[in-house]
Amino acid sequence: MATLTRMLGDIGLAEEAVQDAFAAAVQKWGEAPPPNPGGWIVTTARNRAIDRLRRESSREARHAQALLLHQPAEPKEVGPVRDDQLRMMFTCCHPALSPLAQTALTLRLLGGLEVAEIARAYLVPEPTVHQRIVRAKKKIRDAGIPYRVPGAAELPDRLQPVLTVLYLVFNEGYASTAGELLRTDLCQEAIRLARALADLMPDEPEVIGLLALLLLVESRRPARVGPSGELVVLAEQDRSLWDRALIAEGHELVRRCLRRNQPGP
Amino acid sequence: MKRYLLAVQFDESHPETEEELRAQLARTHKVNLEMEAAGSWVFAGGLMPSYASTVVRPANGTTTMTDGPFAETKEQLAGFWVIQCEDADQALAWARKGALACGRPIEVRPFNELPAE
Repeated sequence: MATLTRMLGDIGLAEEAVQDAFAAAVQKWGEAPPPNPGGWIVTTARNRAIDRLRRESSREARHAQALLLHQPAEPKEVGPVRDDQLRMMFTCCHPALSPLAQTALTLRLLGGLEVAEIARAYLVPEPTVHQRIVRAKKKIRDAGIPYRVPGAAELPDRLQPVLTVLYLVFNEGYASTAGELLRTDLCQEAIRLARALADLMPDEPEVIGLLALLLLVESRRPARVGPSGELVVLAEQDRSLWDRALIAEGHELVRRCLRRNQPGP
Repeated sequence: MKRYLLAVQFDESHPETEEELRAQLARTHKVNLEMEAAGSWVFAGGLMPSYASTVVRPANGTTTMTDGPFAETKEQLAGFWVIQCEDADQALAWARKGALACGRPIEVRPFNELPAE
C-alpha cells in the first residue's frame, strides 16, 4: 500500500489498485504463487491503476496517467527515510490532521487493523473511526499534504505523533481487543517500524527509548501465555523462556539513553 | 502548483495599539516581499473591520441586504493572502511566517481546483 501510494500519489487510488491486484492473484496464482509475490502485487496493482485512469475521462486523471507512465519504474528516493512505510507514516501523522485521524489512519493503512479494532482500542464508536479515516484521506488529497519525508529541521516536531502511533500498534498486539490474546504480527510490525525509525534518527532519545521499551516487553512474550492460551502473570512466568537477545538489546539501548541524562521528552 | 487561501482571523473586541499595528504591517510587508521573491505570492489584502461589512442574500429571485458580517462571532476575517505552492507543507510554512508577522491566527484552505465538468 505504502509503495503504491508513493507511485500513484493518492491513497484512494492505491487502495483500489491493491484490491484489484489481490483479486487477480486469487484467480491466477492457484497452487503456485510467483517467486516474488510482493513484487507481483505491486506491478499488477500499478498496471491496474493505469487501466483505471485510462477509463476515467477527466483531464486530471489523464494528467495523473501521463505522470505515472513517464515515471521511472523505481523512482529515486529522497530524504533520509528509505522505507515507504515510514514515509507513509509521516504523511498519516501530519500535524494538519487531528490526533485521532492520525492514529486511526496509520493503524488502518500501516498496522492493517480493522476499523472495529481501532474503535475498540480508542473506545469510540465504529462509524466515528470510519468517518475520521475517510475525512483524513480526503484532506490529504485535497489539501495537498505531501508524501514526503519531513526535512531534518521539521523531523523532531513531526516525530511525536509517529511514536504515539507505534506505541498504540504494539499495545493492540500486546493485549489484543479482538480474537486471540496476543497479536504477534502487530507487535513485530511496531518493532520493525520502531527499528527503522531508530536507524533514521539515532540521536533521538525518545525513539531509542520507545524501541527499548518495546523490545523489553516483547522479550517476555513466550512466557506470557500458558499451554491452554491463558495469561500468565509476571511472578509466575517461566523466566527461562524470556528472550535473552532482546533483553540484552533493550538494556543496551536504555544505557545509551541513560548516558544522555535527559529523561522525558 | 496548488493555490491556497491564508485567511487571517482577528478578535475585534481586542484591537491592537496604533504602535503595534504599525509594527505588524511592517512585518507583514516583509513576508509579502519574501513570498514574491519565492514566486508564491498571488494576491494579498487587509480588510476594514466588520462594521463596514454588508451581506447580500438571494431570496426567491430577488435579494435582501443586511448590515454586518455573516456570523456574530468574535473572530472576523481581517485580511488574506492567496498563494501558490507545491504542497500543503509549503503553504503551512508561509502561514507560520504570516501568523508570526501579523500576530493573528491564520486559516489555511486549499482552493477547489477540480476542473469544471
